[in-house]
Amino acid sequence: MTQLEPIAENLWTNEAEPALIGGRLPSGKIVFPYPSGDAAEGVEPWRLSRKGTLWSWTRQDFQPKEPYEGPEPFQPYLLGYVELPGEVIVETRIVDCVLEDLRLGMPMEFVVAPFDATRSTYAFRPEKA
Amino acid sequence: MEDVYIIGAGIHPFGRTDGRSGRDQGVYAVRQAMADAGIEWTDVGCAYGGSAAAGSADIMVNELGLTGLPFINVANGCATGGSALASARNAIAAGEFDVALAVGFDKHPRGAFNAKPREYGLPEWYGQTGMMLTTQFFALKIQRYMQLYGISRETLGRVAEKAFRNGVHADHAWRRSPVDLETILNSPMVNDPLTKYMFCAPAEGAVALILASGKKVRELGADAVKIASVAVRTRPPGSFEVFAPSVDIENGGKPTILASKAAFEQAGIGPEDISVAQLQDTESGAEIMHMAENGFCKDGDQEQWLREGRTEITGKLPVNTDGGCLACGEPIGASGLRQVYENTVQLRGRGGGRQVPGSPKAAYSHVYGAPGLSGVCILER
Repeated sequence: MTQLEPIAENLWTNEAEPALIGGRLPSGKIVFPYPSGDAAEGVEPWRLSRKGTLWSWTRQDFQPKEPYEGPEPFQPYLLGYVELPGEVIVETRIVDCVLEDLRLGMPMEFVVAPFDATRSTYAFRPEKA
Repeated sequence: MEDVYIIGAGIHPFGRTDGRSGRDQGVYAVRQAMADAGIEWTDVGCAYGGSAAAGSADIMVNELGLTGLPFINVANGCATGGSALASARNAIAAGEFDVALAVGFDKHPRGAFNAKPREYGLPEWYGQTGMMLTTQFFALKIQRYMQLYGISRETLGRVAEKAFRNGVHADHAWRRSPVDLETILNSPMVNDPLTKYMFCAPAEGAVALILASGKKVRELGADAVKIASVAVRTRPPGSFEVFAPSVDIENGGKPTILASKAAFEQAGIGPEDISVAQLQDTESGAEIMHMAENGFCKDGDQEQWLREGRTEITGKLPVNTDGGCLACGEPIGASGLRQVYENTVQLRGRGGGRQVPGSPKAAYSHVYGAPGLSGVCILER
C-alpha cells in the first residue's frame, strides 16, 4: 500500500501516535483547528488529546456537492463531535463502526483514516476495550 | 422612538417559478404590498432589501420607478429580511421618512446549499472532507438534544405533519398537500435522525412589507399592525453554530436566546402574551429546539406539547401557521419576511382556513442562520 498524503498540512502531528493540532489562546482557551493568518498571533500550537467522549453524531446519507472531494461512487459516512476533556469539542469523521453502535458519551479515540485513494484524513472511532 | 406600523404586505408564491427571476418575484411582491397599503411607489420614502443568491435589490427601481429614493442593499445571510425590516423601521422611528419598504427575495438552485469554506473563514479541508453541510449541523444539534431531553423520532415527525397540514391552507406555500406521519418517518434518511420530509428545501419566493409612521396610518386609515420590536443578534461565546469545526467545552448562550430576550424586553411583554408564533423550522428539530430557545416552553416539554397538539392552529400556541419553511421552502432572502407576512395576515384576521381563532393580539417571528445569528420580530394589533 502506498503512503497516503494528509488532506491538509499541520492538521495532525507527524509521529507514531499522531494527534490533532489545536491552538492555545493567551486566555488559556483551546481552539481547533490552529488558526491561520493574523488570528494565529499569540496562539500556541497545542497537541490535542487522543481520547474523548462522543458529544453528537449523524450519518451523511446523500452525496454532498462540491467542495466535497470524497471517492466515487459515494458511500454514506459517519461524522460527529467528540469532546476532548478540558480542551475543546472537535468535529470529526467517525470510522470503524456503524450508526447503531453510537451512544452519547461513549469513549472515542483518535485515528488517521483513508479519505480516498491518495489522501488520508483524521477521524475518531469507538475506543477498543 | 415613534411607533412604526406595517400597512401593506405582499408575497410572491414560494416554490419554483421557472422563467421569473428572483428580483422580478420581488417586484411582484412590492406591487402587491403597495396595493394592499393603498399607496403608490412615489409615496415610498426609502427602501431596504436583498437576496442571498438572486442579486441586488436596488435595481428594482428600473421596474418600480425612478423616484430618486434611497434604496439600501442588505446582504445579511438568513437575517437579510430581518435586517431590512429593522433598518426600515428605524428610518421611520427616527422620523426621517413616513413610508418605507422592506423587501426580500431569492432563487436557489435545487438541492442542499453548498457553502464555500473560504467565504466563512474556514480551511478548505473542512469542505473537502464533507463536514460543511447545513443539514449535518441540524442533525447533530437535534441528535444531542433528543438524547439529553428525551425527544422521540415520532415528535420530529409530528412537526412535519403539522407543517404540511397547515400549508394546505396557505396560498403562498409550496407543498400544499398533507403527508401522514408514517410516510414522514419512513421517507429516506438525509442525516440521521432527520428524514427527507423533515427538511425544508431551498426554493424561490419574495416578500415585501410597507412600513409607515402613525401619522401616515391615520392619514390613510390603513389596516395596520404595530411593530412592537425587532431584534437581530449574533452569536455569543460558547454557542454551537452551523459550520463549526469545534465547539467550546464551556456551554455558552445562543443567538436566538439573545434576540428573543431583547425583543421581549423592547416590546414589554413575555412569551405568555404571544398568541401565534412563526419559528425557524429549516427542519423538524429546529422548530422543537426553537420553542425552548425562544422561551415558550422548557427543554423536553416539546414531547408533550406536540402529542397534545398545543402548537396546532387551534392549540394554545399555534406555531408556523402557514406551514413554515417545511411547507414553503427556504428562499433565504425572503424567508424571514415570510414569517412577518404570515403574522400580519393572522393579526388582521385574514388567514382563511389557517386563521388562528379568537382575534390574536400579539404575534412572534424568529429566524436563525449561518454563521450564528438570529432575528426576532414581535407584532401587535
